[in-house]
Amino acid sequence: MFDTMLSRPQNLFDQLESLQRLLTRAAGVEGAPGGIRSVAYGAFPEINVGRTPNSVEVFAFAPGIDGSSLDVTIERNVLKISGARTSTIPKGDAQVQVYANERPQGRFSRAVSLPDDVDPRKVEAKYRDGILRVSIALSAAAQPQRISVQ
Amino acid sequence: MSERTELTTTKAPDPSERPTAPAVDIFEDAGGITLLADMPGVAKDRLDVKLDGDALSVEGRVELQGLTDMRALWAEVNVPRFRRTFTLSRELDASRIEANLKDGVLTLRVPKHAHAQPRRIEVKSA
Repeated sequence: MFDTMLSRPQNLFDQLESLQRLLTRAAGVEGAPGGIRSVAYGAFPEINVGRTPNSVEVFAFAPGIDGSSLDVTIERNVLKISGARTSTIPKGDAQVQVYANERPQGRFSRAVSLPDDVDPRKVEAKYRDGILRVSIALSAAAQPQRISVQ
Repeated sequence: MSERTELTTTKAPDPSERPTAPAVDIFEDAGGITLLADMPGVAKDRLDVKLDGDALSVEGRVELQGLTDMRALWAEVNVPRFRRTFTLSRELDASRIEANLKDGVLTLRVPKHAHAQPRRIEVKSA
């Protein structure tokens, strides 16, 4: 029995990999600033935030969701993204054998504090290829402007 | 370091370029195995599903539009690449794999060979 287990190195490496991922999560992301609303590494959806000269861009990596069921709100400069993801694994079928169930499912909600210089009235949200992208324009005062020299 | 070390040292792969393994769901029913992989940001033309012998690998590159002059403030996704390889077993019919990508979720259906589908064996009484 042990022979057959060992002859499938894939399983062994998978286990090592999941152990490594657990350790990475436990150790936290090296060098990343710890915001007060930051959550444990590996939360769903994962979020990247970028800044352009004119806007703040929030990317939420939320695959397999109906875009219209996503709820995006901004309140007191906190952007909240929530929604739900249903499991694709058929339930209650004795014939179905599940080998991996890693994809997060159920209700999720994440919050991001935005910089102070955004204009929360100018927001655009798009969902494409499993990424929700929210663009929040910077307030007029924070945008770069050219000053003409007299 | 001595010259010898330099000669034998190969260039270490950049850890930041190591692809992330996508989270997957895998389940089996009577007809075959279904695999779902979360690959957000991967468009159809950036997805690669390859079969090499009995190794089935999925690979995808994340494309974000309009990243020029963008500065990262916070990043949980650091590697814009997904890759994961699975070993198929003999009863699966690799020639009939179906792949479908929707909203960043890849669905693969690997059917079983007809002879490997479960059947009931009748017990004859003496």
